[in-house]
Amino acid sequence: MSALLEIRGASKRFVKRLDAAAKIGNLFGAGLREEVVHAVDKVSLAIAPGEVVGLVGESGCGKSTLGRMAVGLHSLTEGVRLYKGRDMASLSAQETKAAQLGVQMIFQDPYASLNPRMRVDDIIGEAPVVHGIVPARQKSDYVADLLTQVGLDDGFARRFPHQFSGGQRARIGIARALAVKPEFIVCDEAVAALDVSIQAQVLNLFMDLRERFHLTYLFISHDLGVVRHLADRVVIMYLGRIVEIAPTDAIYADPNHPYTRALLSEVPDLTKRRRAYIPIRGEIPSPLNPPGGCHFHPRCEHAGPRCAVEQPALREVAQGRLAACHLNDGGTG
Amino acid sequence: MSQQPALSTATPVLQVSGLETHFAARNGIVKPVNGVSFSVSRGKIMGLVGESGSGKSMTGYSIMGLIDAPGKVVGGSILLDGREVRGLDAESLRALRGNRIAMIFQDPMMTLNPVLRIDTQMVEAIQAHEDVGRHAALDRCRAALAQVGIASPDQRLKSYPHQFSGGMRQRVAIAIAILLKPDVIIADEPTTALDVTIQGQILAEMQKLCRESGTALIWITHDLSVIAGLADQVCVMYAGRIVERGSVDDVLDSTAHPYTLGLLNSVPSRNPRGQRLRQIPGMTPSLLNLAPGCPFRERCAHATRECLEDPLLEPVLGHPTDAASAAHQVSCHHPLQTGIST
Ligand SMILES: Nc1ncnc2c1ncn2[C@@H]1O[C@H](COP(=O)(O)OP(=O)(O)OP(=O)(O)O)[C@@H](O)[C@H]1O
Ligand SMILES: Nc1ncnc2c1ncn2[C@@H]1O[C@H](COP(=O)(O)OP(=O)(O)OP(=O)(O)O)[C@@H](O)[C@H]1O
Ligand code: SF4
Ligand SMILES: [Mg+2]
Ligand SMILES: [Mg+2]
Repeated sequence: MSALLEIRGASKRFVKRLDAAAKIGNLFGAGLREEVVHAVDKVSLAIAPGEVVGLVGESGCGKSTLGRMAVGLHSLTEGVRLYKGRDMASLSAQETKAAQLGVQMIFQDPYASLNPRMRVDDIIGEAPVVHGIVPARQKSDYVADLLTQVGLDDGFARRFPHQFSGGQRARIGIARALAVKPEFIVCDEAVAALDVSIQAQVLNLFMDLRERFHLTYLFISHDLGVVRHLADRVVIMYLGRIVEIAPTDAIYADPNHPYTRALLSEVPDLTKRRRAYIPIRGEIPSPLNPPGGCHFHPRCEHAGPRCAVEQPALREVAQGRLAACHLNDGGTG
Repeated sequence: MSQQPALSTATPVLQVSGLETHFAARNGIVKPVNGVSFSVSRGKIMGLVGESGSGKSMTGYSIMGLIDAPGKVVGGSILLDGREVRGLDAESLRALRGNRIAMIFQDPMMTLNPVLRIDTQMVEAIQAHEDVGRHAALDRCRAALAQVGIASPDQRLKSYPHQFSGGMRQRVAIAIAILLKPDVIIADEPTTALDVTIQGQILAEMQKLCRESGTALIWITHDLSVIAGLADQVCVMYAGRIVERGSVDDVLDSTAHPYTLGLLNSVPSRNPRGQRLRQIPGMTPSLLNLAPGCPFRERCAHATRECLEDPLLEPVLGHPTDAASAAHQVSCHHPLQTGIST
């Protein structure tokens, strides 16, 4: 299998600047300083052409950061990024441009990511004209066609983003990504802000477009039900690291990593009535100061002494399945 | 799976009937709460479910007396332990809030003051309603923080809200709501922004609170799956009205309203994996000058001319468990037959 997109040993570190609330806090003597976040820590992932990979994990675990690294919106602090087997750092300017158009991202917040002062026909049509995908005089037809593709009225082109509902805005974001004819799309929580009935429409659209244009997706979501429905393979992240990768059926049937198991047991389910939820154990650690060894050890019911000091490697636990837990590798003692 | 409370459930602690809240807009009237009725008993959990804009938060704010101009509660009654609280003056309302009835907001910063330390805020919350010393109050604060899973409460009490992550802030807001063990808590999607593992943990604490202190809980959400796991009763809201209500099993398994069924069918787990999801056609109507009749009729496959008239919320007929049938109600001219709800 040769990957369409691959990242190897990739990390991203941020210096966390003080926000307004922290500055106010400092006035009251909180004494806060800038800190370094290891948002993504030596992650490797290869995505095959036509594949849909679901990326799941708690808020702040680095999903969006990894998605942005995959499309090239974030530089890598370390590691390499390959597109169709070639190191992006080694490409000519021309080749880089082509590769950049080939990978697109649909952003987490459809409100913030659409310029409120631009009309829909510019939001969608500007990039393809600039990049010579369509001649300027065909822009309106091109935009009208894309609007129809995503199930919107082609008469909407002259409107501004605020004149649309959440679900319609999500579709505009999708049309904008499609406009440059990408092969690979990172969908970052693309349906998170939508009601179930609208979410169903947008998920159906993703499935239709995948078939029609042979798209490859990295589908970021905290909703395990959505990921299960769409993805061929699921990647679970915890505090900047991948802890498990497996085909969708396998991971839902038989999760390996204790974190994956905890996650799946908490998924709300229409068929589980008046269930006894599991009370709080441990504390959710801060990404600024992650626990040593296995990041999950303070919350893990299987943790032993080894887990606090030694980072478990992501190793093969079955055909096509990887997990990072000492239980797979000689135990936690 | 969890045991039901052995507390008396004879009279509901909160009884809302015919509640109406209007907003005067430039070009007409918006009715986000349009004749809402329900009741909750001690120790019970009621889910209030509906899509964005259906009026869930406005229902909560109306009960709490938190509607500001241009909005106004224009009709209905809110009985708290048998006493009418609608229209109470500001001071009496403040005495009730926090103490007898508390709300947890979607955004925890609606509860928390950014420039005050957590201990100051929590102690004030107690002392506003009870005559207790600072030390005794602090003990209760620590206990409440521990209950929502905040480790090292002593250190945390000395922090400011910005020193917490979003999830931790929400847990502090929940701790403040449970400090005084109110009779009723209205929780407005407090876990929507949290991860499922943390959500599960908070739900466990809320269940325990209801069981042990007899608090009645109204859990507002757009997620039917959360309601399924948490609630005893459920009210489904659409365009400012309750369109269906009943026990969780009745509403989810013997669904009577076409809208409820549409919502259920759009949940991915109710569809074969990888297949197109069944979606509800169209969009939710604007609440501005909404025409009379069933507000769902434009999207409904069963709509007839009758649906131009307002349907009443009435008991579902031909229910399998007859004793419970009066409690399962639907507002629809053509309710679905039980047994064909998939
Ligand atoms: N531009 C940035 N500058 C500083 N820190 C950042 C930046 N972007 C992300 N981070 C930090 O990196 C970590 C990972 O963030 P990221 O947004 O990737 O998480 P996520 O998994 O997408 O979370 P969510 O589910 O909430 O969207 C967080 O601790 C975040 O605060
Ligand atoms: N100031 C206002 N003027 C006019 N209409 C308003 C005003 N505030 C709210 N509304 C309307 O009230 C309706 C109900 O809003 P509400 O916030 O209760 O919905 P909700 O069910 O809580 O939705 P969500 O799930 O998005 O929180 C909305 O349709 C909104 O447009
Ligand atoms: S390595 Fe240890 S702490 Fe980490 S998940 Fe496995 S058993 Fe738990
Ligand atoms: Mg994100
Ligand atoms: Mg709301």
